[in-house]
Amino acid sequence: MLLIAALGLAIVFGLMGVINLAHGELIMLGAYATFVVQNIFKPFGEPWFSFYIIVAIPIAFIVSALMGLIIERGAIRFLYGRPLETLLATWGVSLILRQLVRSVNWSLFMAIGIFALLFFGGMQLLKRLVDWQNIRSKALVILLPLAAGIAIAFNLLLGANPALSKPWFSARNVDVTAPTWLRGGTTALGFQTPYVRLFIIALTILCLIGVYWFLQRSTWGLKIRAVTQNRTMSSCLGIPTSKVDALTFALGSGLAGIAGCAVSLLGSVGPNTGQSYIVDTFMVVVVGGVGNLWGAVVAAMGIGILNYLIGSGTLALFLTSVNAPQSLIDLLLFFATSSMAKVVVFALIIVFLQIKPAGLFPQKGRTAEL
Amino acid sequence: MSSQSLISNQQSTDLMLRVSDINVYYGESHILRDVDLSVPAGQMVCLIGRNGVGKTTLLKTIMGLLSSRTGNIFFGDRPITKLAPDRRAKLGIGYVPQGREIIPRVSVKDNLLLGLEARPQGRKGKEAIPEEIFELFPVLKTMLSRMGGDLSGGQQQQLAIARALMGKPRLLVLDEPTEGIQPSIVLEIEAAVKRIIAETGISVLLVEQHLHFVRQADKYYAMQKGGIVASGSTAELTQEVIQKFLAV
Ligand SMILES: Nc1ncnc2c1ncn2[C@@H]1O[C@H](COP(=O)(O)OP(=O)(O)O)[C@@H](O)[C@H]1O
Ligand SMILES: [Mg+2]
Repeated sequence: MLLIAALGLAIVFGLMGVINLAHGELIMLGAYATFVVQNIFKPFGEPWFSFYIIVAIPIAFIVSALMGLIIERGAIRFLYGRPLETLLATWGVSLILRQLVRSVNWSLFMAIGIFALLFFGGMQLLKRLVDWQNIRSKALVILLPLAAGIAIAFNLLLGANPALSKPWFSARNVDVTAPTWLRGGTTALGFQTPYVRLFIIALTILCLIGVYWFLQRSTWGLKIRAVTQNRTMSSCLGIPTSKVDALTFALGSGLAGIAGCAVSLLGSVGPNTGQSYIVDTFMVVVVGGVGNLWGAVVAAMGIGILNYLIGSGTLALFLTSVNAPQSLIDLLLFFATSSMAKVVVFALIIVFLQIKPAGLFPQKGRTAEL
Repeated sequence: MSSQSLISNQQSTDLMLRVSDINVYYGESHILRDVDLSVPAGQMVCLIGRNGVGKTTLLKTIMGLLSSRTGNIFFGDRPITKLAPDRRAKLGIGYVPQGREIIPRVSVKDNLLLGLEARPQGRKGKEAIPEEIFELFPVLKTMLSRMGGDLSGGQQQQLAIARALMGKPRLLVLDEPTEGIQPSIVLEIEAAVKRIIAETGISVLLVEQHLHFVRQADKYYAMQKGGIVASGSTAELTQEVIQKFLAV
């Protein structure tokens, strides 16, 4: 899970140099998408319901990728090369998204739809009809409040109808039930391993292979690599860099969506779900080395395992069995809760970055400054 | 507006590229001053001038990497002043920049395939690298799976020219293609450019310091302190002009 999320972030942060604080919310959106798909499948009864997760994965990918696309087109593309503004803008977006899932209902949904239709439709129409360059700012000033006004009026009007103004999701967390074939577990390898974990591991490996294949073998993957390595020259070669940026961002966001799908299998999902993952995800990217997918893999595994070993007290138990000094065991037991484990891991990462500031696998040669 | 473009149509029917009244700034420093320049279709034009006078800046402006505060750029009879670099490349301008700008962590083959993006319809499906490219630059054939960044300077330069040719441009823009390259390869590159012109009838805009190469052009422009100060046919390039504008 951590790895899929980190993979998405590694693409956005590493390849594009954009710090996306809304990445966690894209995970959350993916989880909610899974929840919706589950609810759609419920009425169909058993044989179908078991497979909802297979449908949910691409849907979660698409939902988050689309949202990513909107974020990139709407905000981030104006802010390339300005990290501070990007940071603030994506933070703002993360707040908006969190509030959005809290309060989204049919009337809001339709109001947003109407606004988009009026505003962008109007702009397209004007572009067709008149000399756009000259009236651009005037058109914006008129269109924006007009579209917004109609949309808000519409929202209020519809809001009177309780059926339309009932929020889609309750403010409390929602639960996704894993399909039957993912319940239970196996005790192979001497560990008690739930099937869900195995499924997520398999999903992660699939994503990894998919991303690798896409970046290394496909035409668009080649363009993405070219643009990240030399933006100006790529544009001189006829590569539409802004399209490539949008695609890269959507890909990273879509991966966050898949991660969200995995998250929903592990526990309940709320508007704040994303927050608890974003820090871990960033740590993985930083430790792995920015822009390095292989580094992200190793770092995700390392951090995940370390978290588990310290958090579950396994290490303490192990030390007891080999008669380590009592004080050391006590110390480890003190940290044997998940939040204290995070503290330790975080401290270890800081120490690690002091030793290797560029991450596990620093890039050599000319791309180093990427 | 319409009458203006009509006039320019008449003037530029036989011009591949026409740059008029260009003023470019880096921040507040005024780099190019009222530059006019044109490249007739099928001809090779050479831009000379000492280091730092603004030759690269002019080529970057032609590619759309920098924008001019005034003036216009026409490609054929089409104004391209407001187009982004990728659109200009797709119209048929192949750019070989100073410093070559090979994509470093991408294989030589992929670097060449990236050149296909400049074709009007982009790169469609599985297009192979045409054999002519390897006839011009045989070294590249043996290096297809190497990383672009691992090649020597001369090889990178050949790759950069080959990459530009992959897009079948109508105008080739070369910025100091022989800078910092050992003499034997300089001759190879010169010969290749000559052959490209003979075989494809392409127009060329060249920035160059080697006199031998400059002499192959049809026309020259000499630049000083960001302005064009002399121009004419290379046949009448005098010793005085050479002394003044070439860093030999
Ligand atoms: N990125 C830049 N920022 C500020 N000034 C620049 C930059 N690039 C070039 N210059 C200045 O512009 C002038 C022209 O540079 P350039 O076009 O590279 O010259 P040339 O190619 O003729 O050697 C030089 O004085 C140089 O210092
Ligand atoms: Mg130069």
